[in-house]
Amino acid sequence: MPALLEAKGLTAGYGAAPVLHGLDFEVEEGGVTALLGANGAGKTTTLRAVCGMLRTAGEIRLGGQSIAGRATEEIARLGLAHVPDGRGTFMELTVEENFRLGAYIRRDREVQADFERMWAWFPRLKQRWRQQAGTLSGGEQQMLAIARALLLRPRLLLLDEPSFGLAPLIVQEIFAIMRRIREESGVGILLVEQNANLALELADRAYLLETGRIVVAGPAVELREDEAIRHSYLGY
Amino acid sequence: MDGLTHQIIAGIATGGIYAAVSLALVMIYQATHHVNFAQGEMATLSTFIAWSMIQAGIPYWVAFLATIAISFVIGAAVERLLMRPVQNAPVLTHVGVFIGLLLIIGNATGWIFGYTTKLFPTPFESERPLLGGLVSAHELGSTAVTLAVLVLVYLFFRHTRLGLAMRAAAYNPRSARLVGIRVGWMLALGWGLAAAIGAVAGMMVAPVVFLDPSMMLGILLYAFAGALLGGIDNPSGAVIGGFAVGVLENLAGAYVVGTELKLTVALAIIIGVLVVKPSGLFGRVVLSRV
Amino acid sequence: MSATDRIAALPLRRPAAGLAAWQRGALLLAGLAAALVPLWLLESFHLFQLTMAVIMALAVLGLNIVTGYNGQISLGHGAFFAVGAYATAILMSHLDWSFWATLPVSAAVCGLVGYGVGFPALRLGGLYLALTTFSLAVAVPQILKHRAIEDWTGGVQGLFLVKPDPPGFLPLNADQWMYCVALIVAALCFLLAWNLIRGRIGRALMATRDHPIAAEAMGMDIAALKTQAFAVSAMITGLAGSLSAVAVEYVAPDSFSFALSINLFVGMVVGGVASILGSLFGGLFVLFVPNIAEAISKAAPGVIYGVLLIAFLYLLPDGFAGLLRRLAARLRRGAG
Repeated sequence: MPALLEAKGLTAGYGAAPVLHGLDFEVEEGGVTALLGANGAGKTTTLRAVCGMLRTAGEIRLGGQSIAGRATEEIARLGLAHVPDGRGTFMELTVEENFRLGAYIRRDREVQADFERMWAWFPRLKQRWRQQAGTLSGGEQQMLAIARALLLRPRLLLLDEPSFGLAPLIVQEIFAIMRRIREESGVGILLVEQNANLALELADRAYLLETGRIVVAGPAVELREDEAIRHSYLGY
Repeated sequence: MDGLTHQIIAGIATGGIYAAVSLALVMIYQATHHVNFAQGEMATLSTFIAWSMIQAGIPYWVAFLATIAISFVIGAAVERLLMRPVQNAPVLTHVGVFIGLLLIIGNATGWIFGYTTKLFPTPFESERPLLGGLVSAHELGSTAVTLAVLVLVYLFFRHTRLGLAMRAAAYNPRSARLVGIRVGWMLALGWGLAAAIGAVAGMMVAPVVFLDPSMMLGILLYAFAGALLGGIDNPSGAVIGGFAVGVLENLAGAYVVGTELKLTVALAIIIGVLVVKPSGLFGRVVLSRV
Repeated sequence: MSATDRIAALPLRRPAAGLAAWQRGALLLAGLAAALVPLWLLESFHLFQLTMAVIMALAVLGLNIVTGYNGQISLGHGAFFAVGAYATAILMSHLDWSFWATLPVSAAVCGLVGYGVGFPALRLGGLYLALTTFSLAVAVPQILKHRAIEDWTGGVQGLFLVKPDPPGFLPLNADQWMYCVALIVAALCFLLAWNLIRGRIGRALMATRDHPIAAEAMGMDIAALKTQAFAVSAMITGLAGSLSAVAVEYVAPDSFSFALSINLFVGMVVGGVASILGSLFGGLFVLFVPNIAEAISKAAPGVIYGVLLIAFLYLLPDGFAGLLRRLAARLRRGAG
């Protein structure tokens, strides 16, 4: 069976100079893949390239179907949801409206059921139902962003630093929810995270990026054992 | 006292027209952050289209609805064909394209339909005076139509999936794409709706000011003033602003400056709002670098 | 290269780069001499048209300073044109001043009005300024017709005046002399503008247009620059108005409708945004193209105007001047 997401020789950048130099990576059906690396290694750029925000070269396949060169909205319609850096919620709209937009492309009858599922995962969002997203706390906004992305019923979820700028307790909470998501929804996740400890705990595959190149790749367990990674990224 | 009441009621009636055009401007502003200088010309063209249909013997309300549909298509087509290629160009280019559009549509209208002033029928007739003769049937009817349009637009934006998607695309195009909204089409839709609303305004105002190719020029100015007064990014604010400008214009015309300086009143409102409170009464701050 | 890049790249080119001072001087003299030739070639109506083209070029030059070089979009420059025309007309017809004497007054009045408009303009972003000046352009005829100033402006009737007499020692009739007058005033203004633009002030104007935050960080007083640009711009366009008042020998409110402002804007875009030479082409375009267009289709010169405007914005965003510049560069490369 082919992987859910498969990138081969992925090259991308902003303007003339490429930031990514031929990346090969994949996400298994229902699996979690973590992209690790220092600031500026190209993690965020990789996610942007996958969801069609940048001009790319190389191959990107979602469930065997090529998505390279397609528009972002068309890729979303194929079942790829992205929680970008800065979260990508609609600040001016209410939590409810953000939910509805998350399910924008869906025509099925289970949207309401999914709303209820999200309320179970993120009870705080239900309390804030009619509030403007811009008035939510950082953690709540991150939850809203994830909920919004999941409401697309994606096959693959891209998460760009879900812990960024949040208090440790909130980060714990969000990762706990993400573990539940992995167990209960079967969605594949491509996770970019500064906090390598947390990421490797959740992931089953991981890649280490350095200046736009993959330098280490393997099962998450192995990377946790890797001396160099432990030293530079896990801090023990 | 009767005079004052009458002026205010007449002001509300014309204000309704301004409110509709203000709303059209705000729609495009919200979708694209542009102010369409050719909005008035587009509305005039729509009104002429309605006029030809009525001349050809088509019943008023059929022509009315057909004109709205045609205008919608024209508006959307203009966005697709003319605005799309220059969407990343500097503001000067956008202003230039708007002006080009104004010249083309305005003059083509005159070319096709002639420059003589034409009577445009009103669907609202009444045998007996209304409200003790304070208001004509047309004033009452056109205000009702305008209000109906405003309510429809409000409902559309608040309670439909497409309306929500349009708002999302306007607020945050990048995120809108991520949830699968085809942002480019939302822009075209915004232009189409604006053109359709403009068409309604044109058909409602034409019986009062008579139909000629430059009919909307002054109205566009008042609509600008109304939109700015209410806040250019706030549809309901723009509507209130439009009504307020209508009343203000009538009162100023009747009691302060006389009818010859009515346009200058609009100019004064525009400058006043932009200088004193650029965000308008109900809007968010308009960013401007000095 | 996109339209954006091309427009952004323009100011980096220094005018007439690569020419020595004496070459430039010779070029200027040759140009002036060539400009005098029509005096003997054209009969009075065509000479009058050419006079008006020179005047329009001057008006476009004024607009180009504030909109082209400084990036403040004005769709209302017809207002300054009107102020200049009325200043001259009022002084000549009510106070019997000579034309020449009215010029400094007209320039001063227009400069002041421009300065005044420049202040609220400071607070407005690109589109809002365009909108406000557009409203100004629409309101101008109404203001000119107003009763309160009717005694001075002549109301709807307007004011009549006469062309300046040619000096006795020159064998020229009034039309020929009018052409010379327009040429002299325009040449002086173009020279002034050219000196302004190619120097420090010009670079500051363009810096505030392209990189306002950087310009401010470098210590430029952006507010002062922008209001002064408006003043100079209004002054030049106002002088064009003064010239037109005497050339036409008549001023009336409806000559200054918003179509005039739009024409100046179209002339600027077609001639070349942020180009002094382009202003010249703009003037010729504004005057002659409507005539030609009318010959093609009596009913709709405006349509052709609009189509040309959009076509230029899409295909030649740096206007006719930019096209010439590129052709010249290609020739030079071919030769060298």
